[in-house]
Amino acid sequence: MARTLLDKVWEAHTVRTLPSGQTQLLIGLHLIHEVTTPQAFQMLKELGLKVRMPERTFATLDHIIPTTDQTRPYADPLAEEMAVHMIRNAKDFGVPLFDMSTGKQGIVHVIGPELGLSQPAMTIACGDSHTSTHGAVGAIAFGIGTTQVRDVLATQCLAMAKPKLRQVRVEGALAKGVYAKDVILAIINRLGVKGGVGYAYEYAGSVIERMTMEERLTVCNMSIEGGARCGYVNPDATTMEYLRGRPYAPVGAAFDRAAAWWSSMATEAGAAFDDVARLDGGAIEPTVTWGINPGMSVGVNQRIPAPESAPEADRSTFREALAHMGFEAGQPIKGAKIDVAFVGSCTNGRLSDLRAAAEVAKKGKVAKHVRALIVPGSQQVEKAAEAEGLHEIFKAAGFQWRKAGCSMCLGMNPDQLVGREMSASSSNRNFIGRQGSPTGRTLLMSPAMVAAAAITGAVADVREILR
Amino acid sequence: MSTVDYKRTRLSGRGIPVVGNDIDTDRIIPARFLKEVTFETMGEHAFEDAKKQNPEHPFNSPVYKGASVLVVGQNFGCGSSREHAPQALMRWGIGAIVGGSFGEIFFGNCVMLGIPCMVVSQADLEWLQREIGRAPQTPITVDVDKQEVRFGDRVIKATMPDGPRNQLVAGTWDSTAVLLEAGGAIEATAKKLPYVAGF
Repeated sequence: MARTLLDKVWEAHTVRTLPSGQTQLLIGLHLIHEVTTPQAFQMLKELGLKVRMPERTFATLDHIIPTTDQTRPYADPLAEEMAVHMIRNAKDFGVPLFDMSTGKQGIVHVIGPELGLSQPAMTIACGDSHTSTHGAVGAIAFGIGTTQVRDVLATQCLAMAKPKLRQVRVEGALAKGVYAKDVILAIINRLGVKGGVGYAYEYAGSVIERMTMEERLTVCNMSIEGGARCGYVNPDATTMEYLRGRPYAPVGAAFDRAAAWWSSMATEAGAAFDDVARLDGGAIEPTVTWGINPGMSVGVNQRIPAPESAPEADRSTFREALAHMGFEAGQPIKGAKIDVAFVGSCTNGRLSDLRAAAEVAKKGKVAKHVRALIVPGSQQVEKAAEAEGLHEIFKAAGFQWRKAGCSMCLGMNPDQLVGREMSASSSNRNFIGRQGSPTGRTLLMSPAMVAAAAITGAVADVREILR
Repeated sequence: MSTVDYKRTRLSGRGIPVVGNDIDTDRIIPARFLKEVTFETMGEHAFEDAKKQNPEHPFNSPVYKGASVLVVGQNFGCGSSREHAPQALMRWGIGAIVGGSFGEIFFGNCVMLGIPCMVVSQADLEWLQREIGRAPQTPITVDVDKQEVRFGDRVIKATMPDGPRNQLVAGTWDSTAVLLEAGGAIEATAKKLPYVAGF
């Protein structure tokens, strides 16, 4: 019987079946960061345990670090304390740490693939819900909580139930000005923010197959926003070319043997899925969220829907969203005034994202009333962008060029919204309070659309600027 | 031997309803409160911003002080994997959650803390939320083993997938010890993987 990548990876990583009926699943790569690990290391110390496989564990600093002045100690004593704990725990437990001095620091979901740590057919866990990102290289990757981080540190395993599998097929061709971000926002809008609960998503179809690795990373990143704990793309020629030559990828003949194994783990033709969903890529428009979860989105030329258009159970959330955002049902999203523009995050903080934003930034200047930040996803992205002069384009257009980190995606560092500011953001969540201000408002969109909003001062159709 | 009873067969107390769907973990505990290296203070910040913005929020009401069974809508705990969310609820006093559906990572985190998350129908959760609001002192019992919730005279069907339910009932939800029992089978499984053995 034809098998899926999920079937094969699950089987290869099964240590045993637990008395509860769950699988004891081996985790091939454990990525850690400063926010969700101090308590886990403390628990480990209390249990008198070591890190089981420190050579399969890698740490970075991303969530709390400032993106302006990174001189230690950080101005925020709480941030400094978290950094101190991460550095000390990494040292005490023998875990490699990509700190600022390495030139490899960055958002955990940017550096994993960038360094070639994340590879096809691996199981990957991290105390962060956007771990689904790594599925783009063909890994089964999911976010976990801190007590589960303790389990992986102590045992290199998790107790898990195998998810069901939905194949999400996006066929056709994307129009100009439509990006990977629009594709995943359209998928979440269609399948719902809880549509993926209990499922892993396998992304397939001609649109996904033609995507670059960075585009696939954007799609897989937001699987969790659709409720799916993990999402992946089968490894193919794009995957192999992406991984070849990366610091932690195998080299020479070993790479060819690896590529053969990776290919053998892909879903086989004729494999059965628990469900299949199909989307027409050609129908996807540049997409903008108008509400308080990532499923509440419309095409840039559409109007904000009325609560009555939603299923009855969702109408109260719709009304709450309109009230929070200060929008009226039936209002066009285009033209909604913004105060802040943010390009960055594990969703859209890679070189191709910055290039797309820079292409738009060349067409104008940031509107006077807008504060605009460009935050590279990693030190390597920062360096590569500077090498091709993107930072000069941004600075000339009035954008602030920052250092790598999670930044305003979740506002754990000084990059936060103030009061009811409205943000055009290339990040992944528009939850109430997400960007640091309890009353702040977030409109999710692609990096090019963020740049278009920044120079227009309001939500704009990037296609009209690029024309 | 420890005398702590890890079995989570049944929990009785009073209920507290939080109405609404898709209540994410940022809402349960905003990110600015995650800048802590322990979970100790999390209980003070449960629903912090929601409480400030809405004086009527149940977590503000003295009526619900001491409640231990949280009754919620659909997709509760979606979003961020932050365990700080269930930690905040637990440290506030919540021992069991009843709802329409749960964010998957949140659900797993709750199990890791010994907090059952039971699924009931939309009609039943709305009824429970309404009746708790009407008579907050009424005892509510969450029976994990029998998969039911009892409120007053009424018994409601409430489900939880077998794996985590077995863990809670058997008291094996504190999984590190269970996973460690595999011993050398962990390294043996790893060595069979080409990327561990070396390509």
